[in-house]
Amino acid sequence: MTKLTGAQILIKVLKQEGVELVFGYPGGVLIPIYDALYDADIRHILPRHEQGGAHAADGYARATGKVGVCIGTSGPGATNLVTGIATAYMDSVPLVAITGQVQTSLIGGDAFQEVDITGITRPITKHNYLVKDVNDLQRILKEAFHIARTGRPGPVLVDIPKDVSVAVGIYNSKLSDNIEIRGYKPNYKGHIGQIKKAVELINKAKQPIIYAGGGVKISGATKELYELAKTINAPVALTLMALGSFPPDDKLYLGMLGMHGTYYANMSINHSDLIIAIGARFDDRVTGKLEEFAPNAQIIHIDIDPAAISKNVKVDIPIVGDVKTVLTDMLNYVKEKEHKEWLKQIDVWKKQQPLTYNQTESGPLKPQYIIEEIYNLTKGEAIIATEVGQHQMWTAQYYKFTNPRHFISSGGLGTMGFGLPASMGAQLGCPDKRVICIAGDGSLQMNIQELATIREHNIPVIIALLNNSYLGMVRQWQELFFKKRYMATDLVKNPNFTKIANAYDIKALKITKKSEVVPAIKEALKNKEPYLLDFIINREENVFPMVPAGAAVSNMILGGEN
Amino acid sequence: MHHIISVTVENKFGVLSRIAGLFAGRGYNIGSLAVGPTEKEDISTIVLTVSGDDKIIEQVIKQLNRLIDVIKVVDLTEKEIVKRELLLIKISAEHTTKRSELFQICEVFKSKIVGITNKNVIIELSGAPAKIDAFINIMRPYGILEVSRTGLIALAR
Ligand SMILES: Cc1ncc(C[n+]2csc(CCOP(=O)(O)OP(=O)(O)O)c2C)c(N)n1
Ligand SMILES: [Mg+2]
Repeated sequence: MTKLTGAQILIKVLKQEGVELVFGYPGGVLIPIYDALYDADIRHILPRHEQGGAHAADGYARATGKVGVCIGTSGPGATNLVTGIATAYMDSVPLVAITGQVQTSLIGGDAFQEVDITGITRPITKHNYLVKDVNDLQRILKEAFHIARTGRPGPVLVDIPKDVSVAVGIYNSKLSDNIEIRGYKPNYKGHIGQIKKAVELINKAKQPIIYAGGGVKISGATKELYELAKTINAPVALTLMALGSFPPDDKLYLGMLGMHGTYYANMSINHSDLIIAIGARFDDRVTGKLEEFAPNAQIIHIDIDPAAISKNVKVDIPIVGDVKTVLTDMLNYVKEKEHKEWLKQIDVWKKQQPLTYNQTESGPLKPQYIIEEIYNLTKGEAIIATEVGQHQMWTAQYYKFTNPRHFISSGGLGTMGFGLPASMGAQLGCPDKRVICIAGDGSLQMNIQELATIREHNIPVIIALLNNSYLGMVRQWQELFFKKRYMATDLVKNPNFTKIANAYDIKALKITKKSEVVPAIKEALKNKEPYLLDFIINREENVFPMVPAGAAVSNMILGGEN
Repeated sequence: MHHIISVTVENKFGVLSRIAGLFAGRGYNIGSLAVGPTEKEDISTIVLTVSGDDKIIEQVIKQLNRLIDVIKVVDLTEKEIVKRELLLIKISAEHTTKRSELFQICEVFKSKIVGITNKNVIIELSGAPAKIDAFINIMRPYGILEVSRTGLIALAR
């Protein structure tokens, strides 16, 4: 038992939890905590906007699997974190957000820079705390980390009033790491009876498909997924959150499914007689019109979150548990299968409608081509963070990920402005990797101030800007469903991005021709330093295939040449 | 269908707002909600009634269970339970002629007169919600001034 100030207790717990890096922005009520950080050997990164800090912590967590930590001051600092917290919540990312709060005696009185941040973040956190007594701080912080990283991970916010960080309280250096919270007991082990029932269905199925989501990545179950697919010879479709969880060159691989999924993934799931859903949640971007989704399929659903099961579709065999643990058990029972006819049919679909584009020597730059060249030149080993829009979907379609922690993208919330700060966090978490942010011109401007952070810490991310001078994804909808009435999507008055980069003392190149693409990427990859590549792409290029929102997944617009 | 759900929670500030917020945010309809302490100081019980089809009720229970401060959720609907609600009702009593009639009804319902002035009478009644509803209906002609109900509480046998 030692006596420490609240701020010192915070530092102690951060160290104990293995935190090496925090993203924080100071303010009045945080000064005591910052004063303690001054002496701590924890790396502190100052983003240029709290939202950037939250996304950076998120990107760090996604790339490393560790808990990301961000800090914001009371009031506007805390509200600036909100989008970042919601983004992490929707994609089940372990995050601990620390906010400063006005002193306890002022709470509730509309004090300067007071907001009810626990109230505001209640529906977008896994849990949150307002610390009222410094003697609770150590336990609360330990619980926060425990809750963030276990079960279905997610963000936890801890709101610390100024007087609590100044007050002296008890710090127990022997406090056990075994956190007991009676209302929180995540279930890891799947019910064996349910697993056996699932295996019966699997053994009987003629046209099974595996539909795997982000849970596979979080659980670290790519090997088990592979073994299951290989044993039962079932094709595998991945969600956006799971890309990289299955070898992209394997003949069982169907690519991504859903709104911008491949023709063959969507056809396969719709013709299947059994869907084995693993760590996925039947998002509307995946199922399309629910009434017409996979009409003949029975469904097995494995997920650690009971509430994810039977939320959107009726499930025949629910299995609540950790994906890796459940699959390991399941592998003891499944029999080898061939499914020759089924795989032949899928092959026909693959040949009928592969993903295609046409890059001519002298024509406008195709984003798909750029992504394929980035893939080639990084040998598929880079960590790719994306913003949100068409460029995100092209990345999902054309970069063949082999590691699920190499694709960092806001799936559930679809947050423009996520990519640049997330790439920063990923790079700081994985200093030995190349990190590339594939960005859109609209999204990049949402957190472009982080170029300053990137410069300050010489974070060597490469920004590959797919610049169409449009809010392209929205423009695509306007083109296809609103008679090309382009309202508020034209960004022709965009700034000169290379000049902006240069102003931050970051090197940049503008690329307009096919012949320049490979040399430019090589140039950016040459040194480990930040770089911006401004690729001027075919302005009205569309993302295909596309399932219109609310339509059945079998009603894909295939596009073709545009 | 109407479900009665008993939720055992940590007795901490903000718990009620988590539960109320969950219902509001996900569009579930709370019929009634009663919160109270239990035999253990650090635990409270919330009894709430919700209507919805099986799918909604399943989600309600799962979502409640997801809350860290929720220790246990039990759907009491299909169980053998004792249900009670407490009613306070204020009736206009300016027509003194009707008072005796009023008192007779109270006797039939085994309710209690707990307040009386020249202007009004306050009656207390406890019972299953159907009984409370019936009593309120019978009281209508006498001129209901105000009604206060606790919401349902319940225990499984
Ligand atoms: C914060 C936020 N605001 C609005 C949207 C809606 N939205 C989705 S994609 C998109 C356009 C993105 O444009 P850009 O970043 O240039 O990418 P592009 O589609 O052109 O590749 C918009 C406005 C969003 N996802 N996030
Ligand atoms: Mg754009």
